Amino acid sequence: MFPAQITYHRAGSVAEAVQLLSDNEGAKLLAGGHSLLPLMKLRLAAPAVLVDIGRIEALKGVSASGGGITIGALTTHAEIASSDLVQQHAPVLAEAAALVGDPAVRNRGTIGGSVSHADPASDQPTVLAALDATFNVTGPGGDRSIAAADFATGLLENALAENEVLTSISVPSVPSGAGSAYVKFPHPASRYAVVGAAAVLAVSGGACSSASVAVGGVETTPVRASSVEAALAGSDLSDAALDAAAAAVAGDLNGDAMGDVFASAEYRRAMAAVYVRRALGAAASRAG
Amino acid sequence: MTTRIFGSGIRRREDPRLITGRASYTDDIKLPGTLHAAILRSPYAHANIKSVDATGAAGQPGVVAVYTGEDTDGVLNGLPCAWLIPGSDLKTPAHPAIAKDKVRYVGDAVAVVVAETRYQAEDALEHISVDYEPLDVVVSPKAAAQDGAPQLHEDVPNNIAFTWALAGGDTDAAFADAAVTVSDTITLPRLIANPMEPRSALAQWSAAMGELTLWNTTQNPHIARFVTCVVTSVPEHKIRVIAPEVGGGFGSKIPYYADEAITAFCSMKLGVPVKWTETRSENYLITTQGRDHIEEVEMAATSDGVITGLRTTVYAGMGGYLSTAAPGVPTILHGLMYSGPYNIPNISGTVYGVFNNGAPVDAYRGAGRPEATMLLERMVDLVAAAVGQDPAEVRRKNLIPKFENGHDVATGITYDSGDYESALDSCLSAAGYEALRAEQAQARADGRCVGVGVSSYVEICGLGPSQVAGAVGFQGGLWESAIIRFYPTGKANVMVGSSPHGQGEETTFAQIVAGELGVEVDDVEVIHGDTDNTPMGWGTYGSRTTAVSGAAIAVAARKIKEKSRALAAHLLEAAPEDIEYEDGRFYVRGSPDQHKTIQDIALMANVAWNMPEGMEPGLEASAFYDPPNFTYPFGAHIAVVEVDPETGRIDLQRYVAVDDCGVQINPMIVEGQVHGGVVQGVGPALWEGAVYDDDGQLVTGSMLDYALPRADLLPDIEVSSNTTPSPHHPLGVKGIGEAGTIASTPTVYNAVMDALRPLGVTRVDMPLTPEKVWRAINDARNGG
Ligand SMILES: Cc1cc2nc3c(=O)[nH]c(=O)nc-3n(C[C@H](O)[C@H](O)[C@H](O)COP(=O)(O)OP(=O)(O)OC[C@H]3O[C@@H](n4cnc5c(N)ncnc54)[C@H](O)[C@@H]3O)c2cc1C
Repeated sequence: MFPAQITYHRAGSVAEAVQLLSDNEGAKLLAGGHSLLPLMKLRLAAPAVLVDIGRIEALKGVSASGGGITIGALTTHAEIASSDLVQQHAPVLAEAAALVGDPAVRNRGTIGGSVSHADPASDQPTVLAALDATFNVTGPGGDRSIAAADFATGLLENALAENEVLTSISVPSVPSGAGSAYVKFPHPASRYAVVGAAAVLAVSGGACSSASVAVGGVETTPVRASSVEAALAGSDLSDAALDAAAAAVAGDLNGDAMGDVFASAEYRRAMAAVYVRRALGAAASRAG
Repeated sequence: MTTRIFGSGIRRREDPRLITGRASYTDDIKLPGTLHAAILRSPYAHANIKSVDATGAAGQPGVVAVYTGEDTDGVLNGLPCAWLIPGSDLKTPAHPAIAKDKVRYVGDAVAVVVAETRYQAEDALEHISVDYEPLDVVVSPKAAAQDGAPQLHEDVPNNIAFTWALAGGDTDAAFADAAVTVSDTITLPRLIANPMEPRSALAQWSAAMGELTLWNTTQNPHIARFVTCVVTSVPEHKIRVIAPEVGGGFGSKIPYYADEAITAFCSMKLGVPVKWTETRSENYLITTQGRDHIEEVEMAATSDGVITGLRTTVYAGMGGYLSTAAPGVPTILHGLMYSGPYNIPNISGTVYGVFNNGAPVDAYRGAGRPEATMLLERMVDLVAAAVGQDPAEVRRKNLIPKFENGHDVATGITYDSGDYESALDSCLSAAGYEALRAEQAQARADGRCVGVGVSSYVEICGLGPSQVAGAVGFQGGLWESAIIRFYPTGKANVMVGSSPHGQGEETTFAQIVAGELGVEVDDVEVIHGDTDNTPMGWGTYGSRTTAVSGAAIAVAARKIKEKSRALAAHLLEAAPEDIEYEDGRFYVRGSPDQHKTIQDIALMANVAWNMPEGMEPGLEASAFYDPPNFTYPFGAHIAVVEVDPETGRIDLQRYVAVDDCGVQINPMIVEGQVHGGVVQGVGPALWEGAVYDDDGQLVTGSMLDYALPRADLLPDIEVSSNTTPSPHHPLGVKGIGEAGTIASTPTVYNAVMDALRPLGVTRVDMPLTPEKVWRAINDARNGG
């Protein structure tokens, strides 16, 4: 509860943030602080330098951009939950944002902080994986983009270099008429996802024309459920088809599921199938 | 109007300052020149300390002093255990404030750094090096009691701190003759009390006066003063303990801790004020926890479900050391309640208090009674299942019939008054029990797992007669005292020795005075918490504050009334027997216009211009109240749950509570106590449990992992009550602080087991977390 000594900088721009990161080895960006500060209070993280990006206006808000939306890294969960643009283009992101923690967490926590922190129990990384989002990054050498699937590289690890800043996330619109859903098994204490499943299902002529499904909380990074997607392709989305498709998630899990005192690896794997099934059911009922 | 004050649900007067953040807690108190302490804690659950090298910390920025067990050894006396159960072969091994040779749980204090700021003190801790020799660890209280288990204390074989046995009737014969016997092993997890305010101590030693002032988060400042005297050797009358605002305790602020002793030690060494405030992480590691029972239980009954016997063997974890009141909790407050609200002619039990490598265990809301009610209510449900009868009906046929003044049970205690069947009936009808069972049948037919749980309970509270306290080894009395002092303006202070910390007695105590003397509630200020300006008292716990302290206030108020009557008679030139009292007015019988108000009397008594011959000036009374018996509130609760068999997740859908705590001074506060209590008891049934791994590390070390009940996980709690006055209490009140916690754990547990019965599940350990339930369902399906 008493963090170690830190030097605090407030960055006025992304360029300044990148410069401060480059100048101070081991510096950490501070966004909403709801993941970083708890770790610092427990002295599980002790960065010597904090670079606060919280007031960089350019990183805030949702805008429409060719075929989808772009969400600034500093956009809070609460803003996403109530954004009309998100609702139009990727309603499942809003659905998940509304399930994050509690109101205080949603008002402070940012989508950029959430994905950068790469906690496998988070909600938005799973949804962004299912949405084929792209993460836009700025570093000393300029800008680059990282596919959602490649962003988290392990437990609390991401693909960013030490001096790169995630600036925004581009999310393509879900196909018109698609149904989508995020369902979550919240931990009773933390409210983080024990298991969370996201599904986007498009239907055409009574058959599933596209499916994307991801599951979080089970392995160290979100898992794109390609076997489930394959099983759904062309199917009639009947209960039996959804049952069979959801069961296929077992084939997408590598076997290195996480376990803890609340939920073992075996249980999380079993719950992955249950929650994928529930996400499919909800998405199918909203499709068309 | 004033007669309506007593018994009305007026708002709590303490709340505005509490909910606007203007209350002043120990950590808010800032004395000039205060230094701050941080305590180095053992990362091992069990280890020998080979050496402690604190030199690295001494030179750190801001550091004023570093002390280890070498420094406190011989200066601070060990922390005493204050409940010495007779006839239990009790062992009380040394409990040094700072460990010198050995640590026995993660969090045991090893050194203290005093610095100009808390941050500096925390930073310096990292520069103390301790050479530990790790030892084998034992966590389960039953495992700890076995031959060959790691030994925590040299002179305590098998870690058994005490063995307490209870026998009433002939249990062996009852079991030998029984048509039906049922049995189960019930595990009550360790619970972390989680008061909103963590513990804190601010010590100020005045060398000039030889006086020690200790601001402390305690539920019982007078006991804290007494124990501070024992530990520091400062004479009792030279110690002032102040419990300012205290933000909840739930039992965890009853004990006397190493931390306050260390803080006092530092202040006495350095001659300046020293403050220590617990972090939430420390609170999880070191503040006393509750429960930690493994209960092996059997019940005998007739084929018609009439209970004939109860037999238990209980292993109660004590943690690394015996906390202040620890031995009394699983014995006196537990075993003596084995009869519950039922006629059980034959009862026997053995309780082993066992040292294990965890935080010390002591009283936690309900303290012993939830553990007793749990085992009893579980057994009654098993009997009902075994004889194929409705659990509510089996309860009804075993309930003790209504009694108004005394009923003896096989454990040797005498309940004061009870009407258990009315409580059960009220609860069944409030819940719509028959309809619930019909809905359940329909739900089951639809393949849904819906369960209904019923509990009846009686609890012992209003602790208690001091003679009994002495006989059962409690190292203190259990009476309370109060002073009521009227000022010339007609306003009054009430000084009490008990120490409410969130329960609302600043309101209810004023209501008692208002009810007795006809003054406005706002004209009465309740003063508590400071040993220098309150009379002696034993504290706030065991649902005793209103029952015992409230009685003292009523008795003192009646003394005021009698003096007022005599003075009124004198001033009105009438005979005292001709003075009538009504609503704060004393008048001559037959002529109400000729009267003196209590305010008139207060003025005249204080100026003393015209006192009757021999009457002392002033309007003040004190009373010492030692209750003739405990009080025994009771009730019945019903819960409805639905289990999701695919996930094991449980949805608590309804909770209906009927409690009978005797006469109610403020029904709104009663309802609030029931709400909080129920929620706190649902916790261990469904979510809460402190988990230590095999190395004795606390796995649930923060609120990220330790699942406290949350509003969004709970239904509205449907609360109602009956009123059976206590026959021996001046106001007829009993106590309500713990009732909800006592009843709700078994009620919800039984509801879940009722939901799971058709699936073939017969037992799951608490808390009923989803994975455990899911596994039990799968095991049952697979014929396990
Ligand atoms: C009580 C509680 C409950 C919660 N429940 C949930 C939940 O149910 N579901 C859920 O998903 N989350 C939950 N969270 C986490 C919450 O969503 C966090 O706010 C979020 O994960 C991190 O966002 P932040 O802005 O607070 O990041 P910060 O804490 O400021 O930063 C987190 C990490 O990301 C880095 N970082 C931040 N922004 C950037 C950037 N633009 N570029 C590069 N690196 C960056 C930081 O350096 C740091 O390492 C909970 C948190 C709390 C405290």
